[in-house]
This record gives sequence, C-alpha cells and structure tokens, in this order.
Amino acid sequence: MTDIMTPALGESVTEATVARWAKKAGDAVKRDELLVELETDKVSLEVVAPEDGVLTEIDAEEGATVVAGQRLGRVGVGTGVQSVVVAVAAAAAPALTPPAPTQAHQAAPPTAPGLPLAPSVQRIVTENQLDAATIIGGGKDGRITKGDALAAIEARSVAPAPTPAPAAAAAPPLVSPPPVVMATPPRPPHEREERVRMTRLRQTIARRLKEAQQTAAMLTTFNEVDMTAVMALRNQYKDAFEKRHGVKLGFMGLFVRACVAALKEVPSVNAEIDGQDLIYKNHYDLGVAVGTERGLVVPVVRNADALSLAGIESAIAALGKKARDGALSMEDLQGGTFTISNGGVYGSLMSTPILNAPQSGILGMHKIQDRPVAEKGQVVIRPMMYLALSYDHRVVDGQGAVTFLVKVKEAIEDPRRLLLEI
Amino acid sequence: MDQYDVVIIGGGPGGYNGAIRAGQLGLKVACVEKRETLGGTCLNVGCIPSKALLHASELYDSARKDFAGLGIDVAPILNLPVMMKSKADSVGQLTKGIEFLFKKNKVDWIKGDGRLAGPGKVEVTDASGAVTVLEAKAIVIATGSRPAPLLGVTVDQDRIVDSTGVLVLSAVPESLIVIGAGVIGLELGSVWRRLGAKVTVVEYLDRITPGIDTETAKTLQRSLTRQGMTFKLGAKVTGATLTAKGVELSVEPVAGGPAETLTADRVLLAIGRQPVTDGLGLETVGLTTDQRGFIHTDHLRTAADGVWAIGDVTPGPMLAHKAEDEAVACIELIAGKAGHVNYDLIPGVIYTFPEVATVGKTEEELKAAGVAYKVGKFPFTANSRAKVNHEGDGFVKVLADAKTDRILGVHMIGPDVSEMIGEYCVAMEFSASSEDVARTCHPHPTRSEALRQAAMGVEGWTMQS
Repeated sequence: MTDIMTPALGESVTEATVARWAKKAGDAVKRDELLVELETDKVSLEVVAPEDGVLTEIDAEEGATVVAGQRLGRVGVGTGVQSVVVAVAAAAAPALTPPAPTQAHQAAPPTAPGLPLAPSVQRIVTENQLDAATIIGGGKDGRITKGDALAAIEARSVAPAPTPAPAAAAAPPLVSPPPVVMATPPRPPHEREERVRMTRLRQTIARRLKEAQQTAAMLTTFNEVDMTAVMALRNQYKDAFEKRHGVKLGFMGLFVRACVAALKEVPSVNAEIDGQDLIYKNHYDLGVAVGTERGLVVPVVRNADALSLAGIESAIAALGKKARDGALSMEDLQGGTFTISNGGVYGSLMSTPILNAPQSGILGMHKIQDRPVAEKGQVVIRPMMYLALSYDHRVVDGQGAVTFLVKVKEAIEDPRRLLLEI
Repeated sequence: MDQYDVVIIGGGPGGYNGAIRAGQLGLKVACVEKRETLGGTCLNVGCIPSKALLHASELYDSARKDFAGLGIDVAPILNLPVMMKSKADSVGQLTKGIEFLFKKNKVDWIKGDGRLAGPGKVEVTDASGAVTVLEAKAIVIATGSRPAPLLGVTVDQDRIVDSTGVLVLSAVPESLIVIGAGVIGLELGSVWRRLGAKVTVVEYLDRITPGIDTETAKTLQRSLTRQGMTFKLGAKVTGATLTAKGVELSVEPVAGGPAETLTADRVLLAIGRQPVTDGLGLETVGLTTDQRGFIHTDHLRTAADGVWAIGDVTPGPMLAHKAEDEAVACIELIAGKAGHVNYDLIPGVIYTFPEVATVGKTEEELKAAGVAYKVGKFPFTANSRAKVNHEGDGFVKVLADAKTDRILGVHMIGPDVSEMIGEYCVAMEFSASSEDVARTCHPHPTRSEALRQAAMGVEGWTMQS
C-alpha cells in the first residue's frame, strides 16, 4: 500500500485545492498515470500513480483544501476487486466516528498556512475567528507571533478609528510591521452589486503586492527610449532571424539583454535584503510578466546572461505558451532576481510597477508611440517608449537606479552596444 | 610561502570552530596556535577543566553532606591527585578530538606564535624560533583573552594564582581568598570550598556577578553564603604581601573607612579578563585597538581589508559560545554566505551550585529602556522532581512584553539550569510568547516543568504554586 501525498507546492504556496480525480476508488492504475489534479494559487499540478496497482482510497475529495505532505489517497498492489472491498470498508470507517479536531495541528482552520501555528497564535486565531492567512508574520521566516495576532485583533477593532490612541503610540516599538487584516465586516450585497469570492490566484496577488508595498521603500524613476534603432534592426533581420533560429525576433529579448548588462553595471538592483544583510546575486534570472486569463504570472528566464538572443526569445516563447496553457510548474515561477513587466501590450503609456518581492527592481515597458522630439535642434517624429524602474530604495540608491535606466536606454537606442558589451 | 583562503590566528573555540566551518565550506584553511594542544583557554585552562573539578567536587560535597539524608551512610575521602588526573584525561581526550576534526575537515594546524605581517600575510614563529610566512586571502584574529592583572597583587601561580593556576593546586588550601565575585571567582571558589578550603570572596562592587539579574544574583549569594562562602563586598584590594604562612592582603572599603588585612594560604585573582591583542602586528595592516585592547568590528570585519576578528578580542561577553557563533558567521561571510550572530540571545551560565542561567534582558535593563513587561516566576521548591532530589534552591523567572507577550528575558537559578536554558533560547529565537511555552507539553516529573509553570505565571495562571 503506497500513500499518495500532496507534493511540495513551492515557495509562498501553502495549500492547494483538489480540482479533479481522474480515477475512482477501485480503479486499476498504471505507474505514472494521472491520478488527481491540484490547483494552487499559481499553477495546476498533476499527481501521478507511483506504481502499478489499484487506487484503494481517496482521502481528499474534489474541492477539498490540502497542504503539502497531506495524504490524498492510497494505491495498493494486487487485483482490483479485493482491494476495492477493503477500500470501501476503510473509507466507511471514519464516517462512523465523529471528527476529533483537537488531535492534530492540521485541524487548524482551513485558511491556516502550511506551517503549524504557534500555540498562542492558534488560540487567538480560533477564539477571535481571524484568518491566519491574512496576518503578516514578524517572526523568524515570517512566522506569526503572538504579538502579530494580538495586533491583528486590535487592527480589526480599531479599524474605523482614524488615528491610533495616544497610549498605543507611546508603547514600545513593535518588532514587526502592523499586520494587515480584512477589516470590513461582511455586508449584504446591494441589489445591483455582485459578491464574488476571490480566486486563490487573485488572493495571492493581492497579498503579495501589499506585502511588497509594506516592506520595501519603493519608488519609481522614469526615462524614455527612442526605439528607432531596434525597430530598424528588427525590420531588417526579422525574417532571417526567424528562419535561422525558429523563433520570432521581438523587443523583449533585447530588453532582457539590456537589463542584464545594466544589472551587471548596478549590482544592487539585482540584490535582495535578508535581515541585516544584503545578498548580491551573480546570477541573472529575469521574470517576464505574462498576462493569462486567470491573472498575471511571472515565469522566469534562467541564466539570462548566458543565453543568446535567440535563446532568450525561445525561453520567453516557451514560458508564454506554458502560461497560456496553464502548464507552468512551480520551478518556472520561482527564484527570479529581477522582473520586466510590459504594460505596453495593453496600451499603457506610463505606469509605476510594484516590486516582485524580495527582488529590488522591476522594469516597466510601455507602449511605443510616435512623438515629436527635439533632435539636433529640429523637431522630429520618433517612435518613443517611456521606461519606468521601480526599486527598493533600502537597497538601491537614486544614482544607481537612474544609472540602471540610462544603461537600458543607451543599449536599446544603440543595440550595437550589446554586441560590444559597452 | 603557503597560500590559504583563510588563516585563523588562535585555536580556541572561535579559532577551531571557524577552521572546521571553513573546511566544511571547501576553503583552504590554516589555524595557528601557540599552545601544544588545540582548544584555547576554554578547553585547556578554562571552561572544561573547571567543569571537571566542579562536577567532582560537587559529588564529594554531596557525599559528605547530603547522602546521609537520602539513607546512604558514607565517609568519603578526597584523593586530589586522582581527581586532577581525571580532569587532565578528559581535557586530553577533548583536545585530541579537535585534532581529529581538523584532519577530517582538512584544516592545517600550524604550531607557533602567529602575528600579522602586512596585508594578507601571517608570520608564524615556532618553538625553535623558526619563522614561516603564510599568505591568506582572509585573516581571522581569534587570539582570545588572558586574566586581567591587578596592581599590587602579583600572580606567582603558587601563593597567588589566577584562573589557570587555581586548576592545578597540589593540595587543598586551608583558606583561600578570591578577588572578584564574577563567574570565574565564584565557580573556582566553590570548587575549593567544597574540597575543604575556607573561602572568602572580596569584591569591589557592592554586589556579586555584575550584569546578572539582581534578584537572581542575590539568591545566588544567599545560597553560597549558606554553603559556607564568606563575602566581602564594596571592598578594594590595595596590595598583597607574601609571608611565611601565606598571603597578607590589604583591603579597604570602597566607601571609605579603615583598611584591614586579610590572611590566607592562597589567593585567587579573578577580576576579569583582557583581550590578547598586543604583539599581534596589528600596526602592519593599519589596525588599532581601543584603550582596553579590544578590536572593533563591523559584522566581524575589522577596519583593515581582509582582516576579521572574533571572540574575546572583540567587545561583548567573553564566552566560548559567543566566539563559536561569531566564528561560524565570520567564515560564512568570508565564503560569501549570509552569516549572522544574534547578540540579543547569547545565554550566560554560572556553574556554581545552584547554577545560574540567563538569556535576554534583565529586569534592570527593561526598566532602564522603559519597556513595559510582565513577570512569571516559579520556585523549584514547588517542583516535584527538585523536591524528591532535595534540591529546592532557586527559581525560574520569565520576563515578557506586557503588550505582545513576547519573551524578553529568562533568568533561572537552580540545579542543572544550564541544561535547560537552551529551550528558551530556541523559543526566543523564534519570537515566542510566554503563552507558547506555557502551552507546550513538558515531561513530568522533571525540573523543566518549572520553565512552563514560570511561563504560565506571566499571564497569571501558574497552576502548581
């Protein structure tokens, strides 16, 4: 008998929903055959049979929430019929006994994160009907401390008050930032309103964006880039490039190239804060934001510094396809060191992107628009794009941020620089 | 010239742990040590031999005083040479253990006196006077500390001894005066008191163990006094004279008043320790020390490129485990990793009977910082295990933030508390609240239940007293 476990779901993902069982209890299964599909905040996961046998038990029905390491079901060896009988009996047994919620940590509210809560936090969350998933932990590795949980109650009860009481202001400084809680009590929808539960992906996006804003000292610097040269380059070579490499020559590859060169020039943009230390990364794994039907995801082009332009374009194309097919794996999404977001594809002229924590920089690309610009004393029409770099001012100083953006601008305006690495 | 990634000067807890960590991380590392054995002060003439004597002398004292009450009638006879040999054997095995760990982790042990000889160079003079120069990308100063001297009291390691000499006395002195009521003085004073000496502790301050939570220190003083130790606080030693019978010590009250003369067979000078930074060639890399000889660092980096300093030569508590933590962090930083030391959570222990163990802030520190805190306290007299062992001395005190309940400090005095403080170190490292410990199951019957009951006390629900 082999347990079918929920696989590791990846960083910052703590639970998944059982989307669909491909097999019923009692079905014979072959090794590597699809058993069950899980959905997380970010991706769909497929769990396959570890060996030939019979699916004897299903522990987590469709729609159930599971955490990493939790048993989904069991596969037994042998012929179907006998195992099925056993399975039915086994499945029936638990229903006869009432659930014993105090027996295990997993009996925490379904919204609890994957890590078991500290005993004090568990009590406070249960007694006050808090959603642990909405409390930001100030403890080691983001664990929720009792202080965080108490502050969450307070934040909920004083939420309508515009300013904190003077007594609270005089209290010793808290070790953690004040937690964010969903302060609004449920209210009945107006007749011309619709209340819709946020999807997991939307909830995660919401939480992570807010975390980034709360943690980083974020600000944005702008520049603009004349796209004449790269457009000419593309027009001249796009057919030859596609013929030779089997992938289209886009602007994104050139921007990735330009960013890698600029990151090497200004290493702090490729760094992250860890406690009292800075971690400088000598690897360049660039996240490229991709819009999908379910929301925005940011798959990562690994070792972008070691890839040729065609290699980058192929990697982006492959990740984009996977994203649209909903086939991204956790590995595809993790460990980026810098992010590029292109709001231009939707027509955005100017924006201030939000950091993808714990990264310290994100480049915003925008719509290419013909604009009159002054050149050698003449007004000429040029295809222009605004560039935005949002950065964490704790890590990157203003000079570094501006230098970074100027480097990107120079490389795009004269792509020969990328060839010469100057 | 031999080329290394890291050369560590000093083979004590800082140096040897750093060398092992460097070996683990694949760095080419050498450790320079002038003693014939590795382990530094801690292993050779400090923590380890003193604990051997503390353990043995405690059993002897117990056999004489406590066994009868438990129904065991014995008349123990002290065999000091065997006790000393047992101590020396343990030390020998442990120093050999480090040699083994060096081999296992490919650490080169360079015997000799190491000093800096310009950037990236360490000059080693061996016992024969031969000089070799090692080249290193990074140099770690881990030369430790030595007993601090006192004007007018010259250590001769016979009548007047320091923490090294007191470990090898050939006979139990009839009387022993300990100058300094710090950790070392109280521990080694306890050893000889238990073995039969009449021990008087003379301390300049008006309290023992400065830095330790005051209530805990007072409790310790009461326990030690009850055991027969005499304390003379607020007293300044102005000079020592050797006589035919022993030592005459001139002592005057710090607050003013008539001086007096104390006499004893032997005197232990234990007023503290000072960093060993002289003659290290610091000037060859442009480094200086502060007035007291300490090397200041920024995350263990000194002001000189490629030179690092850890352990007793840097400011902070002079403790082996602090040096060990710094060693690991230092080597990890050298290797480009994220080494880090949490200086707020370095525990401190006094291995007397009862033992004292503390971590985090004292009540005095919290008051001074204006932090509102709650106290939970539990006495060992109410703990069943301590009771059946007839060891009811002491208490556990937990200090927690009045608002968030986060544990801020823990102070314990009692038997074996040195082995129990680690629980609170872990809890505090994870920002635990007193309630977290109070709601964590502890085995019964153990002394560790007192930790839980004290935690309960913070929010007023101690159940067993």
